[in-house]
Amino acid sequence: MSAENLIYALLGLPLLASALVLVFRNQPNLRDGQAVLLGLLSAAAAFQLYLLPTGASLTLVELAPGLTLTFTPEPLGKLFALVAGTLWPLATLYTIGYMRGAKEKNHTRFMFFYAVAIHATMGIALSGNLLTLFVFYEMLTFSTYPLVTHKGDEAALKAGRVYLGILVSSSIVFLLFGVLGVWAMAGTLDFVSGGILASKIDPFYVPPLLALFAFGIGKAALMPLHRWLPAAMVAPTPVSALLHAVAVVKAGVFTVLKVSVYIFGIDFLKETGGSEWLVWVASFSILAASIVAMTKTNLKARLAYSTVSQLGYIVMGAALATPLAASGAALHIAAHGAGKITLFFCAGAIYVAHHLTDIKDMNGLGRTMPITYGAFALAALSIIGVPPLAGAWSKFMLMGGALDNGYLVVLGVLMVSSLLNLVYLGEIVIRGFFAAPTHKIIGIKEAPVAMLIPLSITALLSLALFFAVDLLILDFGG
Amino acid sequence: MSALLDPILGQWNYYLVIVLMMIGFYAVIARGNMVKKIVGLNIFQTSVFMLYISMGKVANGTAPILTGDPNTVYSNPLPHVLILTAIVVGVSTTAVGYALIIRIQESFGSIEDDDIIAMLDDEEETS
Amino acid sequence: MMQHLPILQVLLPLLAAPFAAMLRGRDVAWGIAFITTGTAFLISIALFLEQRALGTTMVYELGNWAAPIGIVYVIDAASALVLPVISGVGFIATLAARQLVAAEIDPRDHSLFYAAWLLTIAGMLGQVTTGDAFNIFVFLEISSLSAYALVAMGSGRDRRALPAAFNYLILGTVGATFYVIGLGLLYMLTGTLNLADLAERLPQVEETRAVFTAMAFIALGLFLKMALFPLHFWLVPAYAHAPSAVTALMASTATKVSVYVLIRLIFGVFGVEFPGLADAVGLAILTLGIAGAFVGTLAAIVETDLKKLFAQSSIAQLGYMAIGIGAMSATGLAAAFLHLFNHALMKGALFLAIGMIAAQAGRATMGTIQGAGKQIPITMTAILFGGLALIGVPLTAGFISKVYLVRALLEQNFWLLAGLTFISSALALAYVWKIIEAAWLQPRPAGAPELSETASQYVPAWIMVFATLGFGIYATPLVEAAFAAAHVFIPSTMGAN
Repeated sequence: MSAENLIYALLGLPLLASALVLVFRNQPNLRDGQAVLLGLLSAAAAFQLYLLPTGASLTLVELAPGLTLTFTPEPLGKLFALVAGTLWPLATLYTIGYMRGAKEKNHTRFMFFYAVAIHATMGIALSGNLLTLFVFYEMLTFSTYPLVTHKGDEAALKAGRVYLGILVSSSIVFLLFGVLGVWAMAGTLDFVSGGILASKIDPFYVPPLLALFAFGIGKAALMPLHRWLPAAMVAPTPVSALLHAVAVVKAGVFTVLKVSVYIFGIDFLKETGGSEWLVWVASFSILAASIVAMTKTNLKARLAYSTVSQLGYIVMGAALATPLAASGAALHIAAHGAGKITLFFCAGAIYVAHHLTDIKDMNGLGRTMPITYGAFALAALSIIGVPPLAGAWSKFMLMGGALDNGYLVVLGVLMVSSLLNLVYLGEIVIRGFFAAPTHKIIGIKEAPVAMLIPLSITALLSLALFFAVDLLILDFGG
Repeated sequence: MSALLDPILGQWNYYLVIVLMMIGFYAVIARGNMVKKIVGLNIFQTSVFMLYISMGKVANGTAPILTGDPNTVYSNPLPHVLILTAIVVGVSTTAVGYALIIRIQESFGSIEDDDIIAMLDDEEETS
Repeated sequence: MMQHLPILQVLLPLLAAPFAAMLRGRDVAWGIAFITTGTAFLISIALFLEQRALGTTMVYELGNWAAPIGIVYVIDAASALVLPVISGVGFIATLAARQLVAAEIDPRDHSLFYAAWLLTIAGMLGQVTTGDAFNIFVFLEISSLSAYALVAMGSGRDRRALPAAFNYLILGTVGATFYVIGLGLLYMLTGTLNLADLAERLPQVEETRAVFTAMAFIALGLFLKMALFPLHFWLVPAYAHAPSAVTALMASTATKVSVYVLIRLIFGVFGVEFPGLADAVGLAILTLGIAGAFVGTLAAIVETDLKKLFAQSSIAQLGYMAIGIGAMSATGLAAAFLHLFNHALMKGALFLAIGMIAAQAGRATMGTIQGAGKQIPITMTAILFGGLALIGVPLTAGFISKVYLVRALLEQNFWLLAGLTFISSALALAYVWKIIEAAWLQPRPAGAPELSETASQYVPAWIMVFATLGFGIYATPLVEAAFAAAHVFIPSTMGAN
């Protein structure tokens, strides 16, 4: 298929899936089966697009003169599309197991918005200009709101308010401001290799403009705009897994990375030193979130703060403004995506099988759920950055980028953070395998197979990515 | 003395207009009785009518009715025509205003602003 | 026939009104209103297309008397853009009125209702087409007087409509009289009332005290009529207690026409380069506009009656239009025209949907719609989309107007003002989401009235919703038309697109 057709496919398949969900709302097997099938197709399409050379561009509609909905897959976007496209069918399969296992209500509504959210994610990944990116960014926020508030109780509504309040208001007040500011100054919104702002803007204005983006992209969960992410953990675990480990948060950091590479331009940022402050903000975010994560005993809350911390890595990669760090950040989108989705899958599996959410109650559970805990351990090690797992590469490249720029402190931050990761993720594994069981559970009691398959695959993916890393390293020049 | 008074005496009609305007406007704003508000509105509008009419006056001009004498100086007829329209509008406004006041009296038993506001506040609390 | 369209546009509803009043029987009156507004809509579309095709100003001389002796009707890019808004909303609102009026108004009054309805539409269309400043006043009063009566007709269901209509009458008349005073001064200075003529002669008398006074009176009078903060207090009760159909019509059109007249007078007569204009009037409008945006939004957040809530939101949205005007640039004016157009669509959708709820439940409050998402999903979805457009979510019309509004501010380097505009529009999320959450995510309380919906009830609102989305996804022709309208007043050389 041509690149144009693949773009249509990647955008269209999730929409088709959401439409079919409504059509088959009374036939659960058909409804869920088609979503997995279309997910596999979109994974294939994403992979094929990833291998095609760049250069294709597709304009859907001209909103207003000079403002178009355009899709131009470039290496970074194709990588993100590949990550989202591959994890979608796995997550859908997992969702089916979870929703049936945990007996959640409103299954159809859930599946519908789940697919719409993937559509929005694909739109973000393939966007060819800032306007397109903003349009799908907002669509992603609104389409995931019903997923966050799925339970419909007072706690879910309150979390929904935090979620929407932070994400929408930051995007309108800062992000849209930044987008229109770029439009006013550069006269274009297209993503161009090397950036569009060099020579268009006084270097003095680079830090404030970058701040509009860094804090406007609330989805990147940079502290202090991270509150929505822990709040969103009231959602059913498949949402936390796909959206708040992969699609939504990765859309956020992806946007930060994309803006700094294709709007500001790495060289321009480095020359002007406009992103220096962001290095420190990201460092703070990495360490503070790790420390908060250690204090949480709710498993999903701990994973959420771990995500906030890991997102800091990617923002850091953008802020360091060297090709190596940017490649590391891009790789971390994939590596952390595979690792964190596994962790959330495991958390959901534990909940469905044993209705446990607190880490303190999970002593000895590893012996009852060996597959789940094995996958958990593998993913945790990847996120900590232990070879031979995918997370090692991205962390290594980020450190290299920091050294290139002479940020020795940042090197320290990354190392300390790895140690903290080891403490708060390792605790769960150690309690699972070595602590004396608090519950009398005899023999093996795992979650449904529909959940075990995806979590095993994603765990093995972390391992495979270490060896296939050449495929995922992007060249940002330098 | 006349240097000081001439601008005032020469434009006495405009001063009258302004005085009337302010009286009318004050009545509209300050009176709570709705009938008085309408009366104030009428005075206010009348002052504007006078503004227009007096600007149409041409020195030594007669009423703008064709006399056949080419030397006749006529006043400007246009403001008169405009004000005829404005009077019609003013009368209609007054009529609608009084009609509303009658309905308010029937419905609330009062035409005092304050009474009605108090009644509405009570309603708001109970509803 | 074609060359008479400008006068037919106004004359048709004006002449149809007495027929609607005389022919008793509510279906007959409605039928007349429906056919008349439908034809008026077609005429305005034809005028719009013709003007766009010609690209020039079409002047229609009444009775073949040329200006400045006679009155002329002027169809230029600006009036051609605003006419379809009024007649279009008028048409859709008439479509909805059949249900709404049947539910809310005494059957004996129906023919009179539709007579006043047609008159107010005729008055608004007249204000837009006429090229004579005094004629504007006459049409202003025609539309206002019938609007007072329409608001008062809400009294059968809600007696608070009466004092609301009375206050509206007092303040509306004061505003119109201010306008006439300013006009009188201009006439004294120039000897003409034709807008084009005035624009030509005013530079000879610029920098005189009389001309500034005239400008101040005219601007103040129109601020009152367009409900610019802090002269907006008449609007909320009038919209809230009027019959639902009237609220929908007026919220989408009445204040917009005054915005249009303000633009016509300020830019078309005085001109953007008039000494003192950009500084004094521009700054005043900008300040009041942003203040209104905040005051209206904050008041809407705490409001529980939906009609009042969206009336407060209208104050805020008028503030945005004022900001566009106050930017004193072509882009700013284009943004004001865009928002005038788009806001008419979204508020039309919202008030038509809310009207259907109010007509059934007596009142539309947060309590009425709690949990209503399951009972009347199609109506509530219309409200959802209308609300998203108010926030300015992309792919809705509200996004387009906001983009151009901010663009206008950034062109002038008003960064702070742009930031404030974003903050106030983000605050709109609070009052919109309050409704969405109550309707969709909370359970229906026990004892709440049963709500139902049929196609005839939600179709009018959905027509507006589709227009809102359509002009959000493909706005290029509209944006071009808005810039053409702006360039009527500010030549394109003075502001880059």
